[in-house]
Amino acid sequence: MDIIEDLWYYYSQNIGYVWEEVSRHFLMSAYGVLFAALVAIPVGIFIARNARLSAVVISLTNIIQTIPALAMLAVLMLVMGLGANTVVFGLFLYSLLPILRNTYTGIRNVDNALLESGRGMGMTKFQVLRMVELPLALSVIMAGLRTALVIAIGIATIGTFIGAGGLGDIIIRGTNATNGTAIILAGAIPTALMAVIADIGMGWLERILSPVNNKGLKQDKKPA
Amino acid sequence: MLKFDHVTKVYDGGKKAVDNMMLEVEKGEFVVFIGPSGCGKTTTMKMINRLIEPSDGSIYIEGENILEKNLVQLRREIGYVIQQIGLFPHMTIQENISLVPKLLKWTEERRRSRAEELLRLVDMDPEYLDRYPHELSGGQQQRIGVLRALAADPPLILMDEPFGALDPITRDSLQEEFKKLQQSLGKTIVFVTHDMDEALKLADRIVIMRDGKLVQVGTPDDILRNPADDFVEEFIGKERLVQARPNIQTVEQIMSLEPATIGEDKTLSEAIQLMKNRRVDSLLVVDEQQILKGFIDIEIIDRNRKKEVQVGDVMETNVYTVEKETLLRDTIHKILKRGMKYVPVVEANHRLIGIVTRANLADVVYDTIWGDEENLSMNHQ
Repeated sequence: MDIIEDLWYYYSQNIGYVWEEVSRHFLMSAYGVLFAALVAIPVGIFIARNARLSAVVISLTNIIQTIPALAMLAVLMLVMGLGANTVVFGLFLYSLLPILRNTYTGIRNVDNALLESGRGMGMTKFQVLRMVELPLALSVIMAGLRTALVIAIGIATIGTFIGAGGLGDIIIRGTNATNGTAIILAGAIPTALMAVIADIGMGWLERILSPVNNKGLKQDKKPA
Repeated sequence: MLKFDHVTKVYDGGKKAVDNMMLEVEKGEFVVFIGPSGCGKTTTMKMINRLIEPSDGSIYIEGENILEKNLVQLRREIGYVIQQIGLFPHMTIQENISLVPKLLKWTEERRRSRAEELLRLVDMDPEYLDRYPHELSGGQQQRIGVLRALAADPPLILMDEPFGALDPITRDSLQEEFKKLQQSLGKTIVFVTHDMDEALKLADRIVIMRDGKLVQVGTPDDILRNPADDFVEEFIGKERLVQARPNIQTVEQIMSLEPATIGEDKTLSEAIQLMKNRRVDSLLVVDEQQILKGFIDIEIIDRNRKKEVQVGDVMETNVYTVEKETLLRDTIHKILKRGMKYVPVVEANHRLIGIVTRANLADVVYDTIWGDEENLSMNHQ
């Protein structure tokens, strides 16, 4: 029970600081994923049309994924120096694979008959992409962003080692203090909560954007 | 309207899918390509909207070489219906139907009214416009698929086994509906199928293909009567050839010439007298010009025998008739299916000229069996 009291005490004394770290932590993760999306979605669309290239690109991002996060940040630090930008870049690299793979899968899974009837009706390549492929692949792409964001929130915790701040700072402070369990928890709980909330929120967005199911539900409700 | 000029398609790997094809299609004609799988019929069709590019030769639509036309423009001017239907699941029925008009930048109002107009063509309620494809049955979906092809009013429509995935009953009604639609709209249709019944039912002209070559081109009757070779005969199937015995083609040839008739102003007792003399149980009611007005049968007379009425007052006016040029193979099926005892045969102005009874059909069947046995015994020699 002491721990919970200590936790409350910590929060009540440091609420401003904790909030600052929460938002810093979230922004680093979000920027990493956002930049990754800007790169990985177009690349995913491109490799979906080119089977040979897709194997190369996907294995490349696979390799990035296998590098331990701490090692990655250490190496990046040597090049980019300390600070939040290095962490954002690291998260960018980790987010590439899930987004790229889901974009690729989403586009590839669009029914061939739909592409054929689209082309047969005289859509340009870009119109097929915009009016058929992207809307139908959107929910799968969103699922990729969701995975990427949850992973990024986890990895952002070690950003503290290269002076990027974030909730990792609070956790490390706890490990360095004698009897610091409450402080570790003070950092770990918001991190976990943030990951869970991001997961739920993105899941919700994914359902909203799902081309078929969602519209079916809406329609089914009408006659009732 | 459409012309293939020495068209050849060779796929990577050297397989010749279509070999030096020459064919002309008239405006408003319903042409059906048929053949076993891999015969090149689908390839041929897809070369028309250049989903597949010909390796050699040229294709002309109304004198214009399509290989020189803008690809996107060309496709927007050609309707396209595929077997898998291919409605976009994320678009409403209206968005699906008016896709080509949208590509052609019609206004929203014009697209909406066009979509409503098209739905009326197939007797579907406008409320469907705001639904999504997965809420519709397979038959309804393919109706929408056909309407989508008609949306921008293209003169030419390509159809790739459009009714192939539907259950037999839905397929049957959609075929009939579509044939009527095509006749009233005067579209040129290129239709691919592997179902001979479908081809015989819909086509103005059937193109039979094998190994990328034309085997026979002709009207359904030509092909039934004079199959070009054993392959065509095999492909049509023996039962159909029997049905299409060359000496009997139209209703006129088998009908009885003097049906029992009676004037509208006669009394019921005169009618019963006539029935007794002619040994029939119903009479066709005609006026002085032999125009068919209705019929009267023994049951109607029995119901009204206590009343002082004339034939014209009690006759049944709802009569199913056929015209004398109607093909026999279409008629037999209908008579048997509707369980009718007879069908009056009329000219275009509804003037009665004969009657087909079940006795006439018995003659045809007898003739067919007898004729077939003769053929068989000849084959054995």
